[in-house]
Amino acid sequence: MLLVLGTPLAWWLARSRSLVSDVIGTLVALPLVMPPTVLGFYLLIALGPSGLGGMFGLRSLAFSFPGLVIGSVVYSLPFVVQPIRNAFEAVGDRPMEVAATLRSSPLDRFFTVAVPLARSGFLTGTVLGFAHTIGEFGVVLMIGGNIPGETRVLSIAIFDYVEQLRFADAHIVAGGMLIFSFLVILAMSRIGRRIGEIRP
Amino acid sequence: MIGETGPSPVGLDVALVGRRGSFAIEAAFTAPARGVTALFGRSGSGKTSILRAIAGLTRLEGRVRVAGETWQDGALFLPTHRRPLGYVFQEASLFSHLSVDGNLIYGARRSPGGVDAAMRREVIDLLSLERLMPRAIGDLSGGERQRVAIGRAILSRPRLLLMDEPLSGLDHRAKDEILPFIEQLAAGLDLPILYVSHDLAEIERLADRIVVVAEGRVQASGPLNAALTDLGLGLVRDPRAAAVLPARVTGFSEEDGLAELDLGGQRVFVDGSGPEEIGLNRRLRIVASDVSLARAPLAASTILNILRVEILAIEPGGRADLAILLALDGAPDLTFMAKVTRRSAARLQLAPGDRLHAQIKSVSLATSPMPRLR
Repeated sequence: MLLVLGTPLAWWLARSRSLVSDVIGTLVALPLVMPPTVLGFYLLIALGPSGLGGMFGLRSLAFSFPGLVIGSVVYSLPFVVQPIRNAFEAVGDRPMEVAATLRSSPLDRFFTVAVPLARSGFLTGTVLGFAHTIGEFGVVLMIGGNIPGETRVLSIAIFDYVEQLRFADAHIVAGGMLIFSFLVILAMSRIGRRIGEIRP
Repeated sequence: MIGETGPSPVGLDVALVGRRGSFAIEAAFTAPARGVTALFGRSGSGKTSILRAIAGLTRLEGRVRVAGETWQDGALFLPTHRRPLGYVFQEASLFSHLSVDGNLIYGARRSPGGVDAAMRREVIDLLSLERLMPRAIGDLSGGERQRVAIGRAILSRPRLLLMDEPLSGLDHRAKDEILPFIEQLAAGLDLPILYVSHDLAEIERLADRIVVVAEGRVQASGPLNAALTDLGLGLVRDPRAAAVLPARVTGFSEEDGLAELDLGGQRVFVDGSGPEEIGLNRRLRIVASDVSLARAPLAASTILNILRVEILAIEPGGRADLAILLALDGAPDLTFMAKVTRRSAARLQLAPGDRLHAQIKSVSLATSPMPRLR
């Protein structure tokens, strides 16, 4: 979800020099510096009955799973967009021009040249996006509302367990997440190294 | 046209106007359907901008027609990927995520007809790419990369080949290694080649015609030697100014390794490579500063090549020099220059119309043998 949304956005940000793209780029980067609760608050308003939720005829997207997903995407987007954008900028115009002179259409050359050449950025973006989505707390708490079985996520579960002094349960979840995250990032860097070796 | 018989039909017709950075571009010229047309000018003269506009990589107003098809005219503007062209950039710009073969067939796969195995084989042989096939792009030298890039461009079945200073990023050795390949291609390919360069030596070896560009404008265009020996154009003032003339190999001496050539009915001797060259057309390069003039032929001299000439014009060449335009006796189209000091010219009382003997210290061949491709 993050990649599907983040890739075209990163491409556009890397290419365009307009004021609009700078403003959008700043907006995307905002969650990096704001406290999660601030973002969560605005998202809560935006997704609530008077915002997006109302527009789609639903009562509210807040405190539901779709709302949670939207919040996560907004919050983690900069971590995905930034590395991919940097990678696209590093690829530059030349390979795309070369592809164009070799009869490759814009969409064709995007997938056969730009994306493969920017793959290290995709990898970094995926790892950061994944890690960040798993680990976030504030936004999720604000939007999701921590409804068990529906909008309860692991990071908040740990918080609950600790609050209730159920340390054994907290250990299981926390340890599980620790090991899982460790394995994911390790695997990603191994894959990254292998790609790096193929790449000259 | 030099080295060819009869005029060729127009292969490329360009008329472009626009602004690029600090200056206006106004480029109108044509190129024949075969052979190399050089786009010559100093760095920053707008040569590359013109080439990019022909490829559709940047947009200038005007017209681009190739082999009877209109790529651009008024509101019509084909995007680059719909223009059947090959473009060799200054740096090879190979795709580092693909193999050598992946690079070679990238354009071919997207061209109508797809990858033609026989043609692929031919290009690999012609550019000596076989040895490079298993290697990673990052392990190739500059010259090797450029060869792959040239092969990649040709395999995309272009109707026009654009080359933007393909040798300027290479050292002397790599240049010498790759020039023969380009010469062979130029001779074998049945399409117009537009070759951008600021290096006259490259152009003298490769080009049939030249378009001289300065500050975005076409100053002159025409057959190579006409421009090289055009005293008004100023190429003559280059210290290595030379003329390039077509000659035919008529003999080879096993004894001393000299080839005998016919140049406009007169005989010229140069370093030859073997008897197999007999009958071939070659280009002779005569450097202006290697030519001296005499009223009468010297009886005892180490100079081998003495041509009967007529003075066409005399122009100031430098502070102490004059550039003297000469035509071969009996072949007024074959012109070359002599660089002579003002003092010597005064002593000999040189004037246009004078018939003299031109002694040429060194005549060199500007090209190597040419097989045909396709």
